[in-house]
Amino acid sequence: MSAPAMRLAHDPAFGPAGIAPGRITGRGAGGPAPKRIIVGYGFWIFLLSDVIMFSAFFAAYAVLFKNTAGGPSAHELFDLRNTAAETAFLLASTFTCGMASLAVGHRSQKWTQVALLVTGLLGLAFIVLEIREFTGFVARGAGPSRSAFLSSFFTLVGCHGIHVSAALLWLGTMMAQFYAKGFRQDVRHRFLCFSLFWHALDIVWVAIFNLVYLVGSLPPELLP
Amino acid sequence: MLGKLSWQAIPFDQPIPLAAGAVVVLLLAALLVWVAAKGYIPYLWREWITSVDHKRIGIMYCLLAGVMLLRGFIDALMMRSQQVLAFHAGGYLPPEHYNQIFSAHGTIMIFFMAMPFVIGLMNFAMPLQLGVRDVAFPTLNSVSFWLTAAGALLVNISLVVGEFARTGWLPFPPLSELTYSPGVGVDYYLWAIQISGIGTLMTGINFVTTILKIRAPGMTYRRMPIFCWTTLAASLVIVAAFPILTATLAMLTLDRYVGFHFFTNEAGGNAMMFMNLIWAWGHPEVYILVLPAFGVFSEVVSTFCGKPLFGRRSMIVATLAICILSLCVWLHHFFTMGAGADVNAVFGIASMIIAVPTGVKIYNWLFTMYGARVRFSSAMLWSIGFMVTFIIGGVTGVLLASPAADFVLHESLFQVAHFHNVIIGGVVFGAFAGYIYWFPKACGFVLDERLGKAAFWCWLIGFYLAFMPLYVVGLEGMTRRMQHYDRPEWYPWLLVAAVGAFIILCGIALQIAQLWVSIRGRAQRRDLTGDPWDGRSLEWSTTSPPPAFNFAVLPNVTSDEPYWSIKQQARARGQLVTPEPEYAPIEMPRNSPTGFVTAFLAVVTGFSLIWHIWWLVILGLVGAYVTFVAFAWRDHSEIEIPAAEVARIDRANRAARAEALREEPVR
Repeated sequence: MSAPAMRLAHDPAFGPAGIAPGRITGRGAGGPAPKRIIVGYGFWIFLLSDVIMFSAFFAAYAVLFKNTAGGPSAHELFDLRNTAAETAFLLASTFTCGMASLAVGHRSQKWTQVALLVTGLLGLAFIVLEIREFTGFVARGAGPSRSAFLSSFFTLVGCHGIHVSAALLWLGTMMAQFYAKGFRQDVRHRFLCFSLFWHALDIVWVAIFNLVYLVGSLPPELLP
Repeated sequence: MLGKLSWQAIPFDQPIPLAAGAVVVLLLAALLVWVAAKGYIPYLWREWITSVDHKRIGIMYCLLAGVMLLRGFIDALMMRSQQVLAFHAGGYLPPEHYNQIFSAHGTIMIFFMAMPFVIGLMNFAMPLQLGVRDVAFPTLNSVSFWLTAAGALLVNISLVVGEFARTGWLPFPPLSELTYSPGVGVDYYLWAIQISGIGTLMTGINFVTTILKIRAPGMTYRRMPIFCWTTLAASLVIVAAFPILTATLAMLTLDRYVGFHFFTNEAGGNAMMFMNLIWAWGHPEVYILVLPAFGVFSEVVSTFCGKPLFGRRSMIVATLAICILSLCVWLHHFFTMGAGADVNAVFGIASMIIAVPTGVKIYNWLFTMYGARVRFSSAMLWSIGFMVTFIIGGVTGVLLASPAADFVLHESLFQVAHFHNVIIGGVVFGAFAGYIYWFPKACGFVLDERLGKAAFWCWLIGFYLAFMPLYVVGLEGMTRRMQHYDRPEWYPWLLVAAVGAFIILCGIALQIAQLWVSIRGRAQRRDLTGDPWDGRSLEWSTTSPPPAFNFAVLPNVTSDEPYWSIKQQARARGQLVTPEPEYAPIEMPRNSPTGFVTAFLAVVTGFSLIWHIWWLVILGLVGAYVTFVAFAWRDHSEIEIPAAEVARIDRANRAARAEALREEPVR
């Protein structure tokens, strides 16, 4: 045994087995963390990776922002009223998703289902508005193939939209699971991940709202 | 109905890929018939294909890597022999075929040989070293493996159905755009890498969570084995870098499939953005590969020197420094882009700085060996071979990191020699050292040392013969990927390089022989104590192979080298230190076909995306969702191993160890 290790083993602070009894922190002293911590932590790491993927799309958008190839620019296209409505729906859905978390905490099947349903409808409204915006652009000859700027715009915002759509599928599955399986531990863990995902999509939207729509709506002479 | 797929996709007019494909298909069919005839399919399905055991998954990763090593190496032999025959001549490989071969070689060796090999080793050893029963998400682990296998399958299907990319191992636009690569080759590349890349990302998330949240009691960060530290660092880099790969390949896919303009020459696309994005993943990728190898060497050197690793803490700091620096140097892959002297200087200096923590590591290994009674087993030989070879590769890397030198050497064979020098000398040697080191733990018997050493010498000599000449011709101005050439001064060097490649072939043949001989003689090579190398970390405290639950009772960790310290106490007393524990039933995750089904659907979806069979794409995606719901709906995710069974297995382990202690002279 090496000298420092020897010292540690006899150090009363570490105890005979090197553990402070009764403290399960997952930081090494007390052994593996509880399942809920593991699931939540893993999902946080996934969210981080997802945010990095979005950052690549943000970077591409920033690089290609001015490459309009003679086509319409952001300033000419964006309608902030539509964006405001989208944002309102999404932010409201975050609130109702939080309500669903509270209902799950109270084990209320009725309010869980209601809150999730409202969350899903608000998400759906967001998607409908986004699809309307996209089809409107395409109809005006500003589809993704028109210019590099529009390619990157459709990809960045569309990627967020696909995420929300996938989350809606997940939400439906969650509602069905709560209904069929009740508030079982593993279902609650999954709901924890779902709500994290939903809130993370909101955060990404806040970035899109600011960096894409607000900055894009500025008159060109104000842009650097 | 079948999109772009027709009989024209089979290359009837090209004898080489057709013959190779036919041989592979026949071999696979023969293997399947043999397995079915022997009645092994239920066993394979139950114990391997649906297994969520990290040890089994790790072994399957290594097996995949071994098979893909053969495939990628055949490509390498073809390139080397082509360049011997193509002096003032056309050689035997037409240009469009030669281009596919070097692209497939790089793609397979990085994504389907090196990655599965290091992930396999991490999967197998890391939970055992942490003293726990499995990774954080066992079923996800199985999904990750099968997605990697799905990607490998797609790349190999391209050998017979259609073609592979001709763009090099990274599909640089505008060459990879639809205008210049209208075939399915790049599509095969994109979907194969996208599918396996998602698997790798999931592995990274899984490992980070495991190491940060699931460790044996007392296993503080300071006490974690170095291999776990390097696994953590590599996994963090996976989480940080692989999403960029996913995004970049998605952009190129959109360009090719629906006419977007990310990297095109028209409509404002920016091809150099691809370089930035792909290398922002690509450079961290090489550290994802080499960090686990560094971990293997740390374990091997310390074990076979019989000493704790010199400078443990500096090793950890160096590992994390490399982890962070790896993300800050990508631009050195394209100094010639014209970013300007200032930008090039920043990235050049950042690249050179990586040599500092790497140098710290080299000195730590050397000082561990200093004054030690070194046991020159084959795992140790690979480690010493690595130290010498990797230093040469590192020094040429520092040279290339100087923008002025890079302008001359960019895309020359000097650069090819450099990265083979670090990838083979670092990653491949490390993978082989880890393979030999943990083989007895995984399979319960030791590999033949004599053949192993012979294989090492063939590899080492073959490597130097194959790649040192490439430095020379690179300095003489030979660019990479040349299908033919007419400079007489290059010819002798390329001849030597080809000889080297064939000596490596002998090394691989010896490794296959080693495996064969060892399996045949396994009865005499059994590792009865579970500790064949006089190891120091926790994986050696359980049986070989370990039971499904790894440890009957989670070990209490009290030192940097938990198994070594308890072993020394036992040796001093001449008996086991810990009394027999009270055995309790153990809950283990239940096997699941989810991974295999997901991979099957991924292959179907990927293949139909490549060939534009849209209805099958939709069917595949619906299938994926159904699988997800079916998995979510399961009611029993765990099985219980009764206490009596745990006791039976652990008592046998304790008896074997007590026996070994009695046979050993008391110190």
